[in-house]
Amino acid sequence: MLKKIEAIIREDKVNDVKVALEAIGIVGLNIFEIRGHGRQGGIRLSGRSGTYQVDMLTKMQVNIILSEHNLEETIQTILDAAYTGEAGDGLIFVYSVEEAIRIRTRERGHEAVMYPGDIDERKKIGSPAAGH
Amino acid sequence: MEVAINAGDTAWVLVCCSLVLLMTPALALFYGGMVRRKNILSTLTLSIIFMALIGVQWVLYGYSLAFGEDIGGFIGGLNYLGLQGVGAAPSPDYGPTIPHGLFAAYQMMFAVITPALITGAFVERVRFKSFLLFSLVWATLVYDPLCHWVWGKGGWLGTLGLLDFAGGTVVHIAAGFSALAFALVIGPRKGFGRFTMEPHNIPLTVLGAGLLWVGWFGFNAGSALAANGVAVNALLTTNSSAAMAGLVWMVLSWLDGRPSTLGICTGMVVGLAAVTPAAGFINPLAALVIGAVAAPLSYYAIRFRDKRGLDESLDVWACHGMASTWGMVATGLFATVEVNRAGANGLFFGNPAQIWVQLLGIVVTIVFSFGLTFLVAKLLDLSIGLRVTPMEEEVGLDISAHGERAYS
Repeated sequence: MLKKIEAIIREDKVNDVKVALEAIGIVGLNIFEIRGHGRQGGIRLSGRSGTYQVDMLTKMQVNIILSEHNLEETIQTILDAAYTGEAGDGLIFVYSVEEAIRIRTRERGHEAVMYPGDIDERKKIGSPAAGH
Repeated sequence: MEVAINAGDTAWVLVCCSLVLLMTPALALFYGGMVRRKNILSTLTLSIIFMALIGVQWVLYGYSLAFGEDIGGFIGGLNYLGLQGVGAAPSPDYGPTIPHGLFAAYQMMFAVITPALITGAFVERVRFKSFLLFSLVWATLVYDPLCHWVWGKGGWLGTLGLLDFAGGTVVHIAAGFSALAFALVIGPRKGFGRFTMEPHNIPLTVLGAGLLWVGWFGFNAGSALAANGVAVNALLTTNSSAAMAGLVWMVLSWLDGRPSTLGICTGMVVGLAAVTPAAGFINPLAALVIGAVAAPLSYYAIRFRDKRGLDESLDVWACHGMASTWGMVATGLFATVEVNRAGANGLFFGNPAQIWVQLLGIVVTIVFSFGLTFLVAKLLDLSIGLRVTPMEEEVGLDISAHGERAYS
């Protein structure tokens, strides 16, 4: 079963999250720059005379398609890496994915989202690659 | 009377003429950074079009209305139509050591930037065709006569002894209060007050402010029309007021939260606008006082304007109109003939009468520019309409008025 993680995180946490995901072998991901607000409701910025409220803030959305058995470990990694404890840390959404097809090889499903040296390969070999 | 052209004076005013020309694209960038990204090309165009529009108007008849042979103190005659007779020979009345043609060119750059200042009032919603028509009428009915009253030989305000070195009344008060009148007629931008309209590119505004400061040396120090001590004094006072106002604005902004970049740049321009009428008549210490007072005056004028729900979008009234009103008053306080023998003493140098002349100049300029602008804008609004359609406004004027995108 394939899952999709959609993590909305702070702009300034994107490098921390990327490095932490690489460390556990999450290789394939893509990132959108998005704008929005949640409970935090925006911030105040300095203007010409005094400050004003800005409600749409830049956030980063990290998308990862992965096998269900890697889901919890990946979520934990993102939670740790994206955390500051202040309002505006973001949210993680998880969806089920119907199908994944790699265009070059026409592999489907689980095979389509595997990469050399990724989380599954490391587990199989007993993780010598983890210590790179 | 045979007067010789002075090469040093001529070279200096040639440079100053170019510096003041540079201020119009600088203003375009200063304003352009503060609008939303869908209206940047439109905002830039509203300023730079004057290099073309007034570049033609001034040669055809603008210069003659402002500086032609005086008719009753109110307007120049038509003797310089098409710049006929305005050539290499100096005019005894306007820069006796430089070619008359250079004086006309230098003054043209003032006539170019002044209506461009007003555009801050109506960016992001004005209809281009109506704007062009308004601008031509404004240059002809407001700028040219006012310029004659203050600077033209025989102009009634100048004859009364009004001190306005480089355009406190003619340029900044006229533009500021015309902006206020136009904003009242055209009304706020769609969504004003319901959501924030963030400046889309503050670095452009910083660049514009920097270039404006450089250009202002040409504007103020060039107004001596000679490479002499008065020019150097004007350069020093100009720099002092801008520096002080930038510093004070930074502190005001800091007290309200953080020291804003946009705020510091605004303060600098406010200091420049405030010192403009005084630059060639006061000493640098007085310029520091002018800058220090101008900053809070304009800072809280913006706040006042905002609280009233008035969308005078880029605060031309607060930053130019109010700052230069104070600058005109300050000229009546701090002016001294020790700095400029062609000037007069102010209140602090034993001449309380000067303050009354200054106040008269301020009131006349405000009533004349505000009144005529309101009338012309209202007539255009009722006839051909001042605004774009709501749909065009939402799409943005870059696409809807000019068919272009700034960032693709």
